[in-house]
Amino acid sequence: MELLIFYPLAGLCVIFALGVVFNKNPIGSAMSLIAMMLGLAGIFVLQQAHFIAILQIIIYAGAIMVLFMFVIMLLNLKGDDAVWKKREKNTLLTVLTGLLIAGVLYKVLEITSAGEFDSPAHVLETFGTVREVGTILFTEFVLPFEVASILLLVAMIGAVVLAKSKVD
Amino acid sequence: MLESYLGAGLMLLLAIGIAVGMVVMTSFLGPKRQFADKMEPFECGESPIVSPHQRFSVKFYLVAVLFVLFDIEAVFFFPWAILFKQLGIFGFVEMLLFILILGVGLLYVWKRGGLDWE
Repeated sequence: MELLIFYPLAGLCVIFALGVVFNKNPIGSAMSLIAMMLGLAGIFVLQQAHFIAILQIIIYAGAIMVLFMFVIMLLNLKGDDAVWKKREKNTLLTVLTGLLIAGVLYKVLEITSAGEFDSPAHVLETFGTVREVGTILFTEFVLPFEVASILLLVAMIGAVVLAKSKVD
Repeated sequence: MLESYLGAGLMLLLAIGIAVGMVVMTSFLGPKRQFADKMEPFECGESPIVSPHQRFSVKFYLVAVLFVLFDIEAVFFFPWAILFKQLGIFGFVEMLLFILILGVGLLYVWKRGGLDWE
């Protein structure tokens, strides 16, 4: 049953991820990325990570993609712009990125092929719910939680300094 | 646990169905009498064909970034609100500190005029 949901979702994710790479129109790329993230949220649900799944939709597909769209519109790159064309010639970056991803994939395959993963892990029924995540967040990971607020503060100041620097 | 997503899945299907249905049905049911003069866009003194890509003011970007930041802040409230009674005074102080740090940020943004449009 779970595989029946997983394969279409994973297939859609791969198709939309390819859409992000091969789309000539930057807006189309961003839209594909949104669809890819929705598929990813579905996979998170299958992994019992319910809270992460809803955050994936609220934060990534909702908020951060709005930001991506704004950056695309701010830069106003067209498909025939010189900057846009130049990216195809950046061989060094392409090779480096490819090697990096190949390395990560190799390591993942090594890990998954080493152990026996025939039987699914036994998790509690409440695993991954907001309550469970919150309990861990507010007891074991209190410090990262408070540090996150400082990170948000720094980002806030950074955004204002970047966008408002002309005023002063 | 997956069964509880049945409602969400049904709603998703219904939303897709309504969106697709509205587009398809209007193109089938709507009256169509097209001729060249009618389909041509009319605007005085403007070129009828321009690029839809328009440069944005950076002001929109600032609003978008601040929205994302406060959105992430709001996300931390969900587990806190659910566990409010269990965590007791400890959780309350924790969240107070969190809001205080972000409140400094809000004050800074406010004073620097980040919330003013002009």
